[in-house]
Amino acid sequence: MIGPPDDAPVLEVDHLQIDFVTRRGTVHAVRDVSFTIAHGETVGLVGESGSGKSVTAQALLGMIELPGKIVGGDVRWKGESLVHGPGVRRTIERVRGAEIAMVFQDPMTSLDPVFTIGSQIVEVLRRHRRLGRKAAKARAVELLDLVGIANPAARIKQYPFEMSGGMRQRVLIAMALACEPALLVADEPTTALDVTIQAQILELIAELQRELQLAVLLITHDLGVVAGVCDRVAVMYAGKIVEDAPAADLYAEPAHPYTAGLLGSTPRLDIVLDRLVAIEGAPPDLRLPPPGCAYATRCPHAVERCEAEQPSLERFVALPLAGEASEEDAVLAEDELDDPARTGRTVACFRADDLRRQRVSA
Amino acid sequence: MGRYLSQRLGQGIVVILGVTTLVFVVTRMIGDPVNFILPLSASEEQRAALRSDLGFDRSILSQFGSFLRDAVRLDFGNSTYFRNEDALDVVMRFLPKTLQLAAAGMVMALLLSVPLGAIAALRPGGLLDKFLVTLSLIGLATPQFFLGQVILLLTSVKFNLVQFGDGPWTHLIFPALTLALPAIGRLTMVTRSAMIDELNSQYVKAARAKGVAARRIVGVHALRNAAIPFVTLFGWEVIRALAGYTLVVEAVFDWPGLGDLAILAIRERDFFLIQTIVFIVAIMVVLINIAIDVAYKIVDPRVKL
Repeated sequence: MIGPPDDAPVLEVDHLQIDFVTRRGTVHAVRDVSFTIAHGETVGLVGESGSGKSVTAQALLGMIELPGKIVGGDVRWKGESLVHGPGVRRTIERVRGAEIAMVFQDPMTSLDPVFTIGSQIVEVLRRHRRLGRKAAKARAVELLDLVGIANPAARIKQYPFEMSGGMRQRVLIAMALACEPALLVADEPTTALDVTIQAQILELIAELQRELQLAVLLITHDLGVVAGVCDRVAVMYAGKIVEDAPAADLYAEPAHPYTAGLLGSTPRLDIVLDRLVAIEGAPPDLRLPPPGCAYATRCPHAVERCEAEQPSLERFVALPLAGEASEEDAVLAEDELDDPARTGRTVACFRADDLRRQRVSA
Repeated sequence: MGRYLSQRLGQGIVVILGVTTLVFVVTRMIGDPVNFILPLSASEEQRAALRSDLGFDRSILSQFGSFLRDAVRLDFGNSTYFRNEDALDVVMRFLPKTLQLAAAGMVMALLLSVPLGAIAALRPGGLLDKFLVTLSLIGLATPQFFLGQVILLLTSVKFNLVQFGDGPWTHLIFPALTLALPAIGRLTMVTRSAMIDELNSQYVKAARAKGVAARRIVGVHALRNAAIPFVTLFGWEVIRALAGYTLVVEAVFDWPGLGDLAILAIRERDFFLIQTIVFIVAIMVVLINIAIDVAYKIVDPRVKL
């Protein structure tokens, strides 16, 4: 396959801004979001409901429709814009479902109830691959086998209502993989499933990612879900990315107070807590986003500047592992800025450095 | 399926029995047919003789008993108006004209309402949608006797396009259109709202994400799902047309069908003919209801019969 080298990003989201014009005002759902996904990389996009993560995902497939509108920025797929320029519709038509594929939250309703699952997989193959009926059918059987569905030749003749939720999500994943996409966007793929099935589906996605060299964008509100699967995690809050870090670093030491809050409210197996901590307050109204940091009103560490000025994503250097932490190490870390393994971390918080020092001296 | 069919046929027999009983009782309440059959100058003895001849002098229960006995053998007695011709033969002579009219009207309704409703649903609230909705509302709200006469005046009287009454197939167009227009209005609205629902559903979003062409999403996925509510309502329209609206339309256009015959039979107190017409219509209604269920099963694989 001809494409950029492995470490070049396949997808670049560049200062993306998306508005929804409603009768009661314009909602600024995505406010200046930038991130990249490299070939074969698994990125988690985490945020609560209304943070703009699903809207961002839809923009990657050119699926923002009125009343939604991309009002700024760009999404580039292997260098080609999916937002503007001549031939953008052609590009989207070519890419959507073939090079970038999507799996949705609700497997119970994402399949057309009145067609067999086989015909729905065949439909994609015939659309993008121009396969004949027979070849497409054979490939559909192959795909169901790939996602771990037993007896696939019989299954393709079944209707969605004859399958369980977990099974349907496997079918949807098979459908998404039909044309060997380079990027799989999974929008809350496990939210509607029960816990044991959740684990199976995540395991399946991780497995396929390794086997097929897929890049994956995993969108979720649950930091617990991305923990085992993702290389990198971007945390969204109120239409902005507040922190973007390698997964291990983020869990070891969240740099943004919101990330810390999220982690504090995620149930964990390794720490005994009497009760989960909730983040006080509610996200701001995105029709009138605050002039400063959107999290400031809920943030225990907020200072005056936070409410007045918009923090931008700045490079953040992670601390050495807890226990070895010392002032000296922190200074040392500053010298390692050029080390690529340590520089892939950004945070949008004025207090990130202060808080890091506080943690070190504590 | 076999079990379902036998069950429905059993229910159908009960329905037909109920309807014929009801009509039997009602016809006995609308007046003495003998006065309509014999000339005014007939003597009281002649009237009594005819009455006993037709069995009207017996008790209503004994009349009903013999009616049922004969009905099982499809013997509904002779029409009094049509010079003692077998009532069932008379009905069968008029039935094809009504079937023709209803079929033509319903085909028109099907062919027009589905595309119009689907087009309106593409942009709900858009100009075309508003136009089609207004048109549908006018269509479904205008009474057929009025609509029919306006069409009749325009086509046959003013512009002399076709004659009314029986004739070559061109005579069928305008009565069928009159029969169809209110149905088109209703069915367009049904198709429109069903399509709006389907086009907003998650599977349509998922299909778009797969890259399926818009034409295919609308014309295959959404339309097939929208067909589920449509089938039921279309079946009702067919029933309404056969068992009601043809009466009005046939009267306006002087169309020699079952509706025309029914009005005649009521006017002439032709009890046996009325009973036969109702019996035949009841059978058709039962059969159409079964056909709706079967069509339902074909459209929606989740339906178990």
